[in-house]
Amino acid sequence: MSQQRRKVFISGNEATAEGGIAGGCRHFFGYPITPQNKIPEYMAEELPKIGGVYLQAESEVAAINMVYGAASAGARVMTTSSSPGIALMQEGLSYCLGSELPCVLVNMVRGGPGLGNIGPAQSDYWLATRGCGHGDGRCITLTPYSVQELHDFTAGAFEIADRYRNPVMVLADAILASMMEPCELIPRRDLPAPDRPWAVGPHDPDQRERNIVNSLWVEFDVMEAVSQRLEERYRQAAEEITDWDEFGSDEPQVMICAYGISARICESAVMQANDELGIRTRLIRPKTVFPFPTEPIRSWAERVDAALVVELSMGQFVEDVRLAVEGRCPVDLLGRAGGNVPTVGDVVEKIREAALRAGVARV
Amino acid sequence: MAEAKLINPYPKGLTEVEMRYCPGCTHGTAHRLVAEVLEELDIIDRTVAIATVGCSVYAYEYFNTDAVQAAHGRGPAVATGIKRVQPETVVFSYQGDGDLASIGMAEVVHAAARSENITIIFINNAVFGMTQGQMAPTTLLGQKTTTSPQGRTVEAAGYPIRICEMLATLPGASFLAREALTTPARIRSSKRSIRRAFETQLAGAGFALVELLSICPTWWRMDPLEAIRHVEEKMIDYYPLEVFRDRLAEEDEGGDTNA
Repeated sequence: MSQQRRKVFISGNEATAEGGIAGGCRHFFGYPITPQNKIPEYMAEELPKIGGVYLQAESEVAAINMVYGAASAGARVMTTSSSPGIALMQEGLSYCLGSELPCVLVNMVRGGPGLGNIGPAQSDYWLATRGCGHGDGRCITLTPYSVQELHDFTAGAFEIADRYRNPVMVLADAILASMMEPCELIPRRDLPAPDRPWAVGPHDPDQRERNIVNSLWVEFDVMEAVSQRLEERYRQAAEEITDWDEFGSDEPQVMICAYGISARICESAVMQANDELGIRTRLIRPKTVFPFPTEPIRSWAERVDAALVVELSMGQFVEDVRLAVEGRCPVDLLGRAGGNVPTVGDVVEKIREAALRAGVARV
Repeated sequence: MAEAKLINPYPKGLTEVEMRYCPGCTHGTAHRLVAEVLEELDIIDRTVAIATVGCSVYAYEYFNTDAVQAAHGRGPAVATGIKRVQPETVVFSYQGDGDLASIGMAEVVHAAARSENITIIFINNAVFGMTQGQMAPTTLLGQKTTTSPQGRTVEAAGYPIRICEMLATLPGASFLAREALTTPARIRSSKRSIRRAFETQLAGAGFALVELLSICPTWWRMDPLEAIRHVEEKMIDYYPLEVFRDRLAEEDEGGDTNA
């Protein structure tokens, strides 16, 4: 497949939209919100050409419920939004989780809380990994760090959603949404309809019982069994699709944990720390944050003297890192918020401080 | 001895699950009318029912069709999602007045504005039934509920909403009728409108909604006969029974369809 890929210079938003199409999405429901408007615009232009449907919903609340309906009817379907819009989708998302419906959401995270701003942020980490509306459901959450990964992860999200009968969230930010990079596009192709024997629609009653898509279980034991089934799927997903990347020294003194756009900045910082400061540093970059790459982080935590988390929030992702590290080494945080982004120099300085405190570097 | 003959058998559009509605409630009547229409139009196997939140939340157990349970108020949005994926499927959303006229107002208005090719069965009994008798957007002035214990006043809660009249301002609404489930004649008329609402969808003519004035003896604290009198004497006065829009008929007459 890779040899058929066409290389283009494209924005993250467009790469995401084209990734959805490559992943088989032919139905898109959305509502305008900056910084992701190029995605619905792209879908409005492209989907009708290939027999698909773009529909602008009256709100994010309606959009996620249209997704719920379309997924019930067996479609590969997606919606995209940004932080306040994703917040509005929480109830509908919970229904998707409870009714075990595959669908794909993309959150181009912006500054918050409140109306916040349209700058880049990673402050919806909890919303993605802990939120997903009320109840015990969780979203499988993918964290791309380039335009290419936005494209590839969005395309791949549909297969993951179908495999686990669960919504998948692609968690990115305003920089990734807007920036342009070279990207090799997966060719569009007509995928066979997903195998969803539970979907509603016209049927021969001699061939199957009627299908009901539902998340109402008044019997406590039945409801608990649903929760246990979801939990078992998340355990299975943890085994099968947990993904991360590593970069830097093979004998690190300092481990950096960062995902998404923060990890892009940290790559340069790791090179500087290794080459210019002589502080052996390694970056662990989760590509999935639910399931979370606990094992590699724990394993490196045994061997390093200090860990540093870099994220565009006052400290959300850092909690998962601390849970993985479980006290094996000190964990420091470099968190920026409100649309601000640390420079490479900021990260290098923080690496130096962490190394000094751990006694592995001199002033 | 004359042989007994069953002239009105159990409709194929209903399952045999025992309904959980209170004694005297007209949900059962509405269900039966919808089920009979589905059978008569021979569309049971290509219909998806949408059960919403309220007393009728279990509608997915009662209608003998594929079904989807929707979040409170979101029936028209869920119906839209299904219909846009499967235009050949007949989709109807069954909603009460709390679901449709309160929390779900945006979804029903926009589905009508888009002339979404779906059917809505709207049960208006002027009260939140399942949550035990609170005031609804359609509660009449003066009507006592658990959250308007002195009776609804304009000062505290404004005016009851007339859904059909409001939706009739939208050209996208292709069939709109208000009926009442009180007397045999009115119930037959209700069935005609329900049938028309499904025929509108089958003709691809767009959004159709039938409002059914219904009784809630439990939370109105009346016996069923009193409740029926209440509809006849009070509710119909504020909510007149009328076919507000019938696009198929207008087209048959070659009239202006741009309403």
